Amino acid sequence: MPMTMTQKILADHASLASVEAGQLIEAQVDLVLGNDVTAPVAIREFEKIGVAEVFDQRRIALVPDHFAPNKDIKSAEQCKIMRDFARNREIEHYFEIGRMGIEHALLPEQGLVLPGELVIGADSHTCTYGAVGAFSTGIGSTDMAAAMAAGTAWFKVPGAIRFVLNGALGGWACGKDLILSVIGAIGVDGALYRSMEFDGPGVATLSMDERFTIANMAIEAGAKNGIFAVDARTRAWAASVSARSYREYAADSDAEYERTIAIDLTSIRPQIAFPHLPSNARPAAGAERTPIDQVVIGSCTNGRIEDLRAAAFLLKGRSVAPGIRCIVIPATQQIYRQAVREGLVDAFIEAGAVVSTPTCGPCLGGHMGILADGERAVATTNRNFVGRMGHPGSEVYLASPATAAACALAGCIVDPGEIAPAPPRGYFETTAKA
Amino acid sequence: MKQGCRVWKYGDNVDTDVIVPARYLTTSDPAELAAHCMEDIDPGFAAGVLQGDIIVAGENFGCGSSREHAPIAIKASGVACVIAGSFARIFYRNAINIGLAILECPQAAAEIQSGDMLSVDFESGEIHNLTRDRQYRAALFPPFVRDIMATGGLIPYTRKKLLNSGARTGVRQEGD
Ligand code: SF4
Repeated sequence: MPMTMTQKILADHASLASVEAGQLIEAQVDLVLGNDVTAPVAIREFEKIGVAEVFDQRRIALVPDHFAPNKDIKSAEQCKIMRDFARNREIEHYFEIGRMGIEHALLPEQGLVLPGELVIGADSHTCTYGAVGAFSTGIGSTDMAAAMAAGTAWFKVPGAIRFVLNGALGGWACGKDLILSVIGAIGVDGALYRSMEFDGPGVATLSMDERFTIANMAIEAGAKNGIFAVDARTRAWAASVSARSYREYAADSDAEYERTIAIDLTSIRPQIAFPHLPSNARPAAGAERTPIDQVVIGSCTNGRIEDLRAAAFLLKGRSVAPGIRCIVIPATQQIYRQAVREGLVDAFIEAGAVVSTPTCGPCLGGHMGILADGERAVATTNRNFVGRMGHPGSEVYLASPATAAACALAGCIVDPGEIAPAPPRGYFETTAKA
Repeated sequence: MKQGCRVWKYGDNVDTDVIVPARYLTTSDPAELAAHCMEDIDPGFAAGVLQGDIIVAGENFGCGSSREHAPIAIKASGVACVIAGSFARIFYRNAINIGLAILECPQAAAEIQSGDMLSVDFESGEIHNLTRDRQYRAALFPPFVRDIMATGGLIPYTRKKLLNSGARTGVRQEGD
């Protein structure tokens, strides 16, 4: 029975020789994740099961990132539930403020997710780790509770959509523009229950940070997971974050896909997703010059070092347009420090932006930049649903870090090419710099 | 069999951000969450919904955030069942795991209107629109899922599994 990459990882973790789409299985998990919103509910349910201990103290990660540093008394109490649980149950991977970051940037950076692993997280963007060739998917708090007790979870094996990438991105187009284009083409339920499997020669041209951005937004097409074929870049990345051994999986050459979509990367242009769905994507260049009030550069989608470099490239030596609030949020402490070292933070502050400690903050309308009625924000986040960043009468436009920075400078929606020509491809990459 | 269930009808892609806006996620208390259920698309819902009412919606219901606060809020509102053309997958599994009844039936989802009265039989998947005298049949869940639901949700299911397996000691017996 030929299998896709996702199906092979699931089969192995369920100790089955093969699985097929639609099959319900119970699989062993390598890591279980929760945050300050979802873990308190999971902890309440976990206590009901009545097991003496969690299945493995080294295979649970708890990250206070959504409303942390605590924004009010209620969120402080939610975080405390998680902190107390972590302490009492001796959970190894609990990340306190000061060592924290947005979960989906933090876990890979800390070497907690490697190729071939099976990770579930009580957060829908857990699908981010498909970037490294892992199977990872978002689940609910009750799933998290059961997995913390038993070390297993139930899954319906997904069918797959294959995306064959050719060519290379050019100009200001980056991973964010690619995934917004894909969601624009297939719709917010275009990959419902399916895995999105990315391969083809174009994959090698995408940086790891870009792959994280792309896999991160698989859920925005309704997918169970997004996954990238493992290549030399993945292996180099894995060696840089962890000494643990891992297993590589590759799809069978005759694996079945419900659909195969070929994408010419050279045709991708900077995108803006208009309210109120990520699928309302259109080229920034042709879009109306809609005036905006705020720009947010950060989140688990685009708060990584390459994202900050791209934004700083445009903001450095220029000024945020009068009346525009530009908020920059590095996704982890490590990224924050790197941004300080490279002078990016200075460039942001000089341009008139504010720089925050790592947090989800405004991405989910939590804190640190909530919108009032009628206000508009361009954000590098992943969701532009009604009320996502504040008042139900506010609007969120999704874009890449370069496009968002350009909008901050112009005070309205623009294509980054209007501010400055793009540097050569690879300019913002860590490997290219070293 | 639930009789006299009034319908609250919504469109496609109802996301968990509008079911429970993030500004209320600083609590996980079901009653508090229910007080804000559907607030951003239907401010009248929380005050008007009655025990046994039914939500009917289009495609991809519950998309977006994995927050279990969304099905918890719907369940705590007294909603007996959600019928949709399709469900987003995390919402689908959350509903099953916490024991919120859901039925997938595109035709029913398309034809039933706000204010209609329904009767629903979860055993057979039969939906009867009493207002328009129309019958529908939703697809039944796979046996594995029905097993979880019959045990009362994933928590009792996991408890039972761990007790039976004997592989893990220390599961306290009921009443400990
Ligand atoms: S940054 Fe936004 S999307 Fe990512 S985990 Fe935080 S709230 Fe969720």
